[in-house]
Amino acid sequence: MREPVILVENLVKRYGSTLAVDGISFTVERGVTTALLGGNGAGKTTTLAILLGLLLPTSGSVQIFGEDVLRHRYRVLPRMNFSTPYVDLPHRLTVRQNLVIYARLYGLPQRDERIAALAQDLQIEALLERPAGKLSAGQKTRVALAKAMLNEPELLLLDEPTVSLDPDTGDWVRGYLEEYRGRTGATILLASHNMAEVERLCSEVLMMKAGRIVDRGSPGELIDRYGRTNLEEVFLTIARARPALEAVQ
Amino acid sequence: MSRAHRLIRRAGEVPFSPARIWAMLLRYLYILRSSWPRTLELLYWPTLQMLIWGFMSQFLRQNSSYVAQAFGVLLAAVMLWDLLFRSQLGLSISFLEEMWARNLGQLFVTPLRPYEWLISLLAMSIIRVTIGVVPAALLAIPLYHYSIFEMGLPLVAFVAVLAAMGWGLGLAICGAILRHGMGAESLAWTVIFAIAPLSCVYYPVTTLPSWLQPVAWALPSTYVFEGMRAVMFQGIFRTDYFLEALVLDVFYIALGAAIFFIAFRDARHRGALLQMGE
Repeated sequence: MREPVILVENLVKRYGSTLAVDGISFTVERGVTTALLGGNGAGKTTTLAILLGLLLPTSGSVQIFGEDVLRHRYRVLPRMNFSTPYVDLPHRLTVRQNLVIYARLYGLPQRDERIAALAQDLQIEALLERPAGKLSAGQKTRVALAKAMLNEPELLLLDEPTVSLDPDTGDWVRGYLEEYRGRTGATILLASHNMAEVERLCSEVLMMKAGRIVDRGSPGELIDRYGRTNLEEVFLTIARARPALEAVQ
Repeated sequence: MSRAHRLIRRAGEVPFSPARIWAMLLRYLYILRSSWPRTLELLYWPTLQMLIWGFMSQFLRQNSSYVAQAFGVLLAAVMLWDLLFRSQLGLSISFLEEMWARNLGQLFVTPLRPYEWLISLLAMSIIRVTIGVVPAALLAIPLYHYSIFEMGLPLVAFVAVLAAMGWGLGLAICGAILRHGMGAESLAWTVIFAIAPLSCVYYPVTTLPSWLQPVAWALPSTYVFEGMRAVMFQGIFRTDYFLEALVLDVFYIALGAAIFFIAFRDARHRGALLQMGE
């Protein structure tokens, strides 16, 4: 077994009487793309926020690169990054200004060269001097990816990376992520509703429902296990199943 | 691991980084530069206040022995009051920029520490105060033949005390907004005015009812305005006022910072860093 980049044990997050994450445990191995799959309110984004240190868990432990994130998050933050379509980069700054600021926050050497290289890779050269608030959804996604790639992260956390994108742009983004992982050996954990995306990108899937991991495996294994033809059918089977469905821990 | 990766890891693990503070300051400068109406607004209110109180002073010089004794007393008071207000607002507005942009989630997945962010907010407050108050003070020289800079070193002491008080207040307000969300946004513009009557900006503390005077003396600003009048009317700098105000400033800054960091920690418990915004 390869070295785990993420090791989560008995993670619980409770908001008052609501249990957002209910004692989940999982590992993500180095160089693997893993999906957190589940319906709305399944606990995917909460889990990502805890991994990023933005949210403190009620109980449980999280290790990333062998470090306890709750105690030593600044040892791991330089090695990881995050992108979500739900939080835009500040609108009034140009794309370049935004990237320069994040590059400085990460202490990047040779900032201008790095931004130029990313702009070329992600085809945002023509957008660099435009205000971030005046970009289309597809352009914003590519810019957000550029921000997430600035420090060339060894661990990339993505929250629904292709939501609201047209099929062509969505396909382009998936291709870029595949290429990035192949080139750098990075580990990717993504939360998604897009089954085709997960089938294409991910070798491991964690199925979440009501804050618990209810099943896990490769897309092929899950499809075979449930006797379905694709991951979407598996998702629907799990989503519509009675709560009696055993949690697989 | 590449050399760039090693440098990024090393930079990220450094617990205090002037480079990260500069990055945040740069962000606020970009915002300021991107909107000339905002820059103009910084100048607008202090200049308008100075004009009104300048004309009022000219009128009162003929009709009031109080102003006749020291012409600039009202002008100096309004400028110093504006300095206090702007130092608090300068900090709070930069903080609110992040809330309006829903940017906290993006910022705090980088190696940026909350205290580095705070230092950048303080630095931005100094810049905003300078842009707002200094031109008004300079304009008073040709218009009313009054220069607040003639106060000399005592002015430096007054500015330091008031700026620090504004920061203490600003930190507490930012903490309240972090805790209660954007519903508490108006605190940034309103709280300071509750302090104005107690700070005795335009009148001596003895004007207040005796039961209210101890409350007034609990504010660093009261010592500044009393001290300012001592300089202007008696030509003496009250070191005792200055030292007492400094002690109070340390207390209020510590209190403001404690409120801010507790609220920040609480926001991490509630998941508010990702959601917070308009």
